[in-house]
Amino acid sequence: MPMPYYVSPEQMMQDKAEYAKKGIAKGRSIIAMEYVDGILLTADNPSASLHKVSEIYDNIAFAGAGKYSEFENLRKAGIRHADLKGFMYSREDVTGRSLANGYSQSLGTVFSQEMKPLEVEILVVQAGANNHANEIYRISFDGSIIDEKNFAVIGGKSEAVQTLLKENSLSQAPPLDVALKLCVTALEQTANQKLSPEGLEIAVLDRTRAGRKFRRVSIADVRLILSP
Amino acid sequence: MKLPYLPDHDGSSFFDFVSTHHPELALRSHGMAAVPDQARAVGPVAVPSATTVLALKYQQGVVIAGDRRATEGFQIADRRIEKVFKIDDWSAMAIAGAAGPCIEMAKLFQTELEHYEKLEGVPLSCEGKANKLGQMVKANLPMVFQGLVVMPLYVGYDVKRGEGRIFKYDITGGRYEESDYHAIGSGGKDARNTMREHFKRQLSEGDAIKLALLSLYNAADDDVGTGGPDLVRGIYPTAKVVTAQGIADVSDDTLRAVCNDVMAARRSRET
Repeated sequence: MPMPYYVSPEQMMQDKAEYAKKGIAKGRSIIAMEYVDGILLTADNPSASLHKVSEIYDNIAFAGAGKYSEFENLRKAGIRHADLKGFMYSREDVTGRSLANGYSQSLGTVFSQEMKPLEVEILVVQAGANNHANEIYRISFDGSIIDEKNFAVIGGKSEAVQTLLKENSLSQAPPLDVALKLCVTALEQTANQKLSPEGLEIAVLDRTRAGRKFRRVSIADVRLILSP
Repeated sequence: MKLPYLPDHDGSSFFDFVSTHHPELALRSHGMAAVPDQARAVGPVAVPSATTVLALKYQQGVVIAGDRRATEGFQIADRRIEKVFKIDDWSAMAIAGAAGPCIEMAKLFQTELEHYEKLEGVPLSCEGKANKLGQMVKANLPMVFQGLVVMPLYVGYDVKRGEGRIFKYDITGGRYEESDYHAIGSGGKDARNTMREHFKRQLSEGDAIKLALLSLYNAADDDVGTGGPDLVRGIYPTAKVVTAQGIADVSDDTLRAVCNDVMAARRSRET
């Protein structure tokens, strides 16, 4: 009987992490940024129908970078989690924190137990209402979860985008147009190319809206905001 | 790929999801204890019911309205119950039957449509929504034999066709489209009679609301299960309109004013 090769656990985890990171870095970046009325989500996404950013619940949104099939699966599971909770208890009992925890547990378990880790990095954002602060959670392929302030970047050259945004960071939450310009400039500089409004996927969680706060910003509106 | 710690399910239907994974939350009777034989001997359990709810088309869309009374046998269980529910931005449903399961179905249907829209990225078509509701009524069939009837009346604005639509159902989930108007519940027949006499195509919104409230008034006049305007407590029927602009509540002031007109006209004839 052939003996399996011994691989140390450290080595195995390192290999998995490297594999996942490589997959995530291949894609393009997504930025979540707080603005005066809520949270802006900006994704460099040439497809008009395969979304990277989407609605989860009243004031919760999701963004996924990496392998589409994998984060799409996570997105759907998140919607089920939220809708079930809202149906079982009440709409106000659905929280971004509980969802982010579920994702973190899931990703962590898959990372340590499965052969292939998920090649995804995701954001769970919640627009605060009634003087509650916004919440931005960044969750990595290994289940590690980080509570971000002001902005968060996932996918592609996320560290470069983060550095750029940090340099231009504002003391107060900016209005929508300023925030959008900031995000697009940061994405353009790291991608080294001009991004057209058609190649952007923009959505907001706007706390001034009644009921469901998620809204996609149309290409026409994006063009209007970005026009000099 | 199975994700630990998160709900695992295929498909975009919330109703299927809860029926499969949380049957205690779904309408179906499994999970609910069967009615004991002794209870059967006493007869059907008294549950709040009896109603008149109606819908009628007008020039811009559909108006849907309902009275406010819930009864339990010969007692009034609730004077202010709401029987007309907003389901999404383009549709509403009114209910007749056992109040508890009715409200549960409305809530489940609301979640179902929102769930589908979020998972698929596009809302269901008007026809698709009406069919889905039929399946939910069908799933409730075992409960009907225990005396818990849920009978919806569904209206939606079909954005593709550019018109309002009315759907009625039977207890087996059969779905039938009405071309002009319909009313269900214990006073449904009285309301339908009134609408038959006064309905015209292409009514204005004001006339449509007036006819809806007149029909409810006549139903309350002849049916003990239907509540009329309560002038002492200031309780009036509720109504919503569904048009190309989406769904909107008919304001309390409008309802009160129209009810008062209807009653004044009746008073002048009776004295």
